[in-house]
Amino acid sequence: MFDTTYPQAIGLCSGALLLTSVLMVWRHSLLASLRLLALQGLALAALVAVIGIKAADWELLLVALLVLVVKGGVLPWILARQSRATTRTIDESPRLNPTAALLAVAGLTVLSYVVLGRILASVTTVTAQAAPIGLSMVLIGFLLLLARRRARSQLIGFLLLDNGIATVAFLTSGGVPLFLELGISLDVLLVVVILYVFTGRMRTKFGGTDVDTLRELHD
Amino acid sequence: MEFALWTALAVPVILALLSLPRGITHVSRLAPVAASGTILACGILLVIATADHQVPTAAGGILRADALSAYMLTVVGAVGLASTWGGLRAAPTEPSRTIGSYESLLCVFMAAMSLAVLADNIGLMWASVEATTIATAFLVGNHRTRKSLEAAWKYVILGSVGVAIALLGIVLIYAAAQNAGGPSLSWFALSHTTLRLDPALIRAGGALAVLGFATKAGLAPMHSWLPDAHSQAPAPVSGLMSGVLLSVALYAILRIQAITNPVIGPDFLRVLLSVAALLSLAVAAALLIRQRDYKRMLAYSSIEHMGMMALGAAVGPPAIPAVLLYMLGHGLVKATLFVVSGRILTAEGTPVIAEVRGLLHRRPGLAIPWLLAMAALLGFPPFSIFFSEVTIIFTGWAAGMGVTVGIALLLLLVIFAALTRLTVAMTLGSHSGDDGQPPPDRSAHGPRLPVILSLAAAAVIGFLAQPVGELVSRAAAVLGGPH
Repeated sequence: MFDTTYPQAIGLCSGALLLTSVLMVWRHSLLASLRLLALQGLALAALVAVIGIKAADWELLLVALLVLVVKGGVLPWILARQSRATTRTIDESPRLNPTAALLAVAGLTVLSYVVLGRILASVTTVTAQAAPIGLSMVLIGFLLLLARRRARSQLIGFLLLDNGIATVAFLTSGGVPLFLELGISLDVLLVVVILYVFTGRMRTKFGGTDVDTLRELHD
Repeated sequence: MEFALWTALAVPVILALLSLPRGITHVSRLAPVAASGTILACGILLVIATADHQVPTAAGGILRADALSAYMLTVVGAVGLASTWGGLRAAPTEPSRTIGSYESLLCVFMAAMSLAVLADNIGLMWASVEATTIATAFLVGNHRTRKSLEAAWKYVILGSVGVAIALLGIVLIYAAAQNAGGPSLSWFALSHTTLRLDPALIRAGGALAVLGFATKAGLAPMHSWLPDAHSQAPAPVSGLMSGVLLSVALYAILRIQAITNPVIGPDFLRVLLSVAALLSLAVAAALLIRQRDYKRMLAYSSIEHMGMMALGAAVGPPAIPAVLLYMLGHGLVKATLFVVSGRILTAEGTPVIAEVRGLLHRRPGLAIPWLLAMAALLGFPPFSIFFSEVTIIFTGWAAGMGVTVGIALLLLLVIFAALTRLTVAMTLGSHSGDDGQPPPDRSAHGPRLPVILSLAAAAVIGFLAQPVGELVSRAAAVLGGPH
């Protein structure tokens, strides 16, 4: 029974991951991006759970729980914590207009299918077929990092990149060992907390969180 | 010898916790020095053990000290001692917010670097390299000025994104191991495996991992965080980052190379590393010619030296002993230079080269160590950087990389001229004071002994064939070099 629904479940979860990434590029409001990020964490946790049930691997189910708590809950919560009023009104004025950005996303997705299709040519499992979605999330994360001006939007780009790497890991090898997953999650969590603190300092020192104002150091 | 593996990790962490509470500032002040000393002692103990053909392991094989890891731990300890002891701050007269947390973060930073070199697991090695970014983020932003905030932001964003790319590479290498039937992240298992790893996955994974760790090693074109972070961080932190953090990242590249070489041959990463090396040298040469800030000058010189080390890594086994000796020699000299630059900054109150003139005449206590260390950095014998550079160039020539080595030599000459000009401008220069001649300031503005010891060590290690030469050859042999 589960054998027939398994490919569909994998497809559904990875589709949700790609969809949330694309919507993050499309939507400019910070609040919407944060909600999408939480949703993406949920989809990633579901993906891990599906792989775990298929492999009857209890460790993977634990990892799914960890992903759910960290990526679906804690990280978006930290980013949204700062005065809700500003979060609701902040709109990004990105360097790329939405049409160009969505075209770029389409290009990046095709690119990742071409690249990973070659690299993973010898692997024919259901999960490996979906792995290019992880790479396209990484590339879309890069796009957000480059195209967004506000500090917190860049942070969202970084988290999307990290989600993409996790997706590639789960789809190509069923995830790294549990103790490493813990270490990686802790590292990402701390990086986000540090950047969050810096964002606060930036607001007091520069009167805003536009990273374009950071140009005092140069040669 | 298993306890030395644990001690090198546990003692810095315990010292970090001990230095957190406020009120015992004279204890916490010494914590980083004690942490470095412990790591150095553990490194030497492990070196002695590996000389006896032992390979101490702990935690079920996750911690492992072969000759290379033991040597790297010694480098971390020695350069750490040179930076933290030399940069020891005078006892603070008034309580400050950053006291305690500063020392504590330095200890965590040392522990993370020790874990990175002792872990026999590329995943754990990755996590500890990322932990060094976390520990140093607030150290770079320690001064809480606009400039240091900008430097810290760029450092954390570029550092963690770069290292995230390395994680993607590691994930692909793990997938290759799993597809071949032996899921493992142990670099020992992966580089000695008889499994047939998928070349396409290993190629992509190796390239991404090297690219990611190269960001952390400050190789061009991913170097842009380095001059900002090194010029804004407090002197001992710059010394540690430049002297040893960059080398730890290069160590990660060497380990990745040892995994990919048996599968896809050395040519692929050789091209990648040669390009990065030449670009780094070119960037350093271009920006050193008109450099105005002496801390940034030291930062660009680090990019230059990392470029030379990457060139050595590209040459492969014959040059690896020279690269390892380079790490120790450059680490000691650069840590000393950053420590002295911190003292010059405190004494003169300006980081601008043009405003610091006639230092030899006015402050001989600072100018003499500065001149000696700059001579070592420029590659004058008897300092070990000279021998490393010469060996890398000759072995590169012998390995048929004549064009690459020729371009590198040309760029080295430009850098040599630029650095000499800047050093002369700072130390000799005409004395601009017209308000009578104040008596020359002979004070060293800090502990003299660490500066003397590290310069002396950098001068003699090139000649010690017995412990040092044999040690670096054995450490290089771990990576599949000549025996």
